[in-house]
Amino acid sequence: MSNDRFLAKDALGDFLCHCQGLGYTVYSPQKQEGVRESVVFAPWQKGCEIQLAKATVSPKHLLLPQSEVLFRFRHEKGEEGKSSAVHLEDTSQQAQPTLLFAARPCDARGFTMVDRPYLQGLYADPYYAKRREGLCVLTLCCNSGCESCFCHWTGGGPSSPEGSDILMTDIAEGLVLQAITEKGRKLLAQSDLPEAGAASDQATELRRKAWQSLDKAPDLTEAPHKLKELADNLDFWTEQSRACLSCGACTYVCPTCYCFSISDERRFSGMEEGVRLRSWDTCMARHFTEEASGHNPRALKAQRLQNRISHKYAGYPENWGSFSCSGCGRCVTHCPVGIDIRHIVLAAIALPDTQAKEARS
Amino acid sequence: MPDIAKTERRIVGFLCNWCSYGGADTAGVARANQPTDLRIIRVPCSGRVNPLFVVRALLHGADGVLVSGCHPRDCHYSTGNFYARRRLELLKHFLPILGIDPARFAYTWVSASEGQRWQHVVTRFTEEIHALEPAPHFEELEPLYLSQRQSTEPKRPFMPQPPDLLAKLKEEIRTHLPELDCVLGWQKGRDALHAVPFFLRQEEDLERLSLDATCHNSLVRYLPEYKGKKVGIIVRGCESRALVELLQEGLIAREDLHIFAIPCHGLLDVARLEEELGRYQHLENLVIEQDSLRITVDGKERSFSPQAFLRSTCLGCASDEPVLADTCLGSFTAGESTPVTAPELALLDGLNLTERLRFWRGVMDRCIRCYSCRNSCPMCVCHDHCIAESRQPHWQSAEHSVTEKFFFQIIHALHLAGRCTGCGECQTNCPVGIPIFALRAHLNRVIAELFSGYQAGRDAQAVPPLLSYMVDEANIQEREWQ
Repeated sequence: MSNDRFLAKDALGDFLCHCQGLGYTVYSPQKQEGVRESVVFAPWQKGCEIQLAKATVSPKHLLLPQSEVLFRFRHEKGEEGKSSAVHLEDTSQQAQPTLLFAARPCDARGFTMVDRPYLQGLYADPYYAKRREGLCVLTLCCNSGCESCFCHWTGGGPSSPEGSDILMTDIAEGLVLQAITEKGRKLLAQSDLPEAGAASDQATELRRKAWQSLDKAPDLTEAPHKLKELADNLDFWTEQSRACLSCGACTYVCPTCYCFSISDERRFSGMEEGVRLRSWDTCMARHFTEEASGHNPRALKAQRLQNRISHKYAGYPENWGSFSCSGCGRCVTHCPVGIDIRHIVLAAIALPDTQAKEARS
Repeated sequence: MPDIAKTERRIVGFLCNWCSYGGADTAGVARANQPTDLRIIRVPCSGRVNPLFVVRALLHGADGVLVSGCHPRDCHYSTGNFYARRRLELLKHFLPILGIDPARFAYTWVSASEGQRWQHVVTRFTEEIHALEPAPHFEELEPLYLSQRQSTEPKRPFMPQPPDLLAKLKEEIRTHLPELDCVLGWQKGRDALHAVPFFLRQEEDLERLSLDATCHNSLVRYLPEYKGKKVGIIVRGCESRALVELLQEGLIAREDLHIFAIPCHGLLDVARLEEELGRYQHLENLVIEQDSLRITVDGKERSFSPQAFLRSTCLGCASDEPVLADTCLGSFTAGESTPVTAPELALLDGLNLTERLRFWRGVMDRCIRCYSCRNSCPMCVCHDHCIAESRQPHWQSAEHSVTEKFFFQIIHALHLAGRCTGCGECQTNCPVGIPIFALRAHLNRVIAELFSGYQAGRDAQAVPPLLSYMVDEANIQEREWQ
């Protein structure tokens, strides 16, 4: 860790200002007043308090905004008021350099899970690609585990580097910054931060301790297979989903849920102008799979929960070779009825093979 | 709407087809001088005017909205304007809590022959709107962030559940379980601080049944899903009122239910306790006593005062007596429910209109539109057919703008008018802690003021105030336009 730099806590603001000077728009976790504590990633400006707390909602909106305009359209009226031509206006923009400060390793790993379908599939998503290109991720390692998160179950850990450009370790008086990618190395080289020296060893020790603090992770290698077996076992999923309210809290706080809806929006109905929007959608809602005919392949909340869990632990791994859950635990803490994805996956694994098959009928 | 001279204001008028539209016509035929700011939308009846039409217009930039219909007792459809009068009066009292000046909205009655009166109404209203500043643009307002931690003394002191209550409850459920498909209760979730709904089916399940001040979920929310089945349900006072609401609306059948009523002396605000505890790995022990709440995490015991960590929605509760019950366990506190202002509402009461609008601009921005407020509400019974997601009619855009987010809260609140029993689940379950209960609490206050102290869920035979009318309303003044 010889190239590590040291960032003193009282110099955080100066460092972020320096990054702004390089052209970055800086996003950092910010506490917002509310009836419960809420930390969201919002644009940082000089004078904003610098928070290092784990955010309530993941930073995925930096790559997948809650809604974005794909293009504008305008119908030209021809004879008898019928639409004769449609004019389209491309609204895509160039990559904006964006710096994400103090994401957590689960957030950064989440980006890599969204990257695969959005960048490495048959078609790369141009909107996503531009934002991804411009994003520089500074991740803060976790110094301990927590009751609701489980990154190490899914292949990550409190200091896993995937998805990060720079990995930061909090050693009380300051942060030790370690470059992971070329982008990160460049950013550190451009800064006037001092070398970390002995602080590097302190950081290594803290990271080791963080790993040691974790409870032993269960073996999830059987999960994809078991969940596939259980795909049509409605009894199992009915039991697991009994309390589910079909809201979208789990999917919207999740760093790896990337499904969207596309809609044409006119300011007022009947207007000739409008925009085609892509916006977050949730597979937990009934209308997500409702077809124009009225048929709904996932009319039951049991089927919808099955879809969400199986996508993360069976479907996605089949396509991309890893789980699409980074174990951030936000769905666990924010589910109004406490549905715990860990318990469901473990329950699926615990079910004997024969039972999983027998129940398929 | 183009305004070449920039002197006009944007005023939207909803006029009933039979009287007021005719009145406007009469004024036109008589060549009566009128201001040109008003844009008229003709509706079949003032009863057709959904208060949400008005709010939507105002949130999207209208400077004023005028609704006009036939005079009371003179409605073309006999009673449309009686219903309208209740809804519109309620709206008039609702707008200030949003931060919208109630002077921007007026409703009145003009008959088809009253051309002169129409001229007078339009002139007067337009003058009044011109006397105000142009309507503020919600999205462009400077957000106002305020601390929402105001403490209020609870109306009744907190008490933990008596130690023998759970055992008694289990015995009762054991007796009745054979005749029921399911009993709705709670069990411990991921640790002792986090309770979750529990659906008991067999006698073995009784072991996992849990009952303490962390069991917050309103189980009434699930009842419509079990329609036609025999279901047992554990309820506290507020939840029994939600149950009465569902009975009133015919969504559940009394004979299918077995109600186990338990006393309640307040629920804990688990989210605020989580905040105090910070990040922890293991919760080893939780002891809830009258004066002390002790939580052991990662080997360290922390102590709190339960009084200081009560849910804000419980602070004003005067009585835990169930409205309906088949089996009553423990002793209940009877009491007249004199209103106590919820702290989140008290905060808004202390602000002026602009500050309130700026407050909502600030807090609504972080809404992620997950709709857990709606989906955890026992009164949100449209479930999969909410107008928030409907494309036809297209009430809400999918755009994640703060206006759309705020408008949804207004939809939810207005659909709860006269139905909300104040359980506070909407706010408790908001992942980002938006104080949305304030809107419901204010509406409940207005409903009580306008309709002689009406409280939702107190009487299974009562007709909700917005589903009925009186020819002469006790608390609604006929608005004169002298």
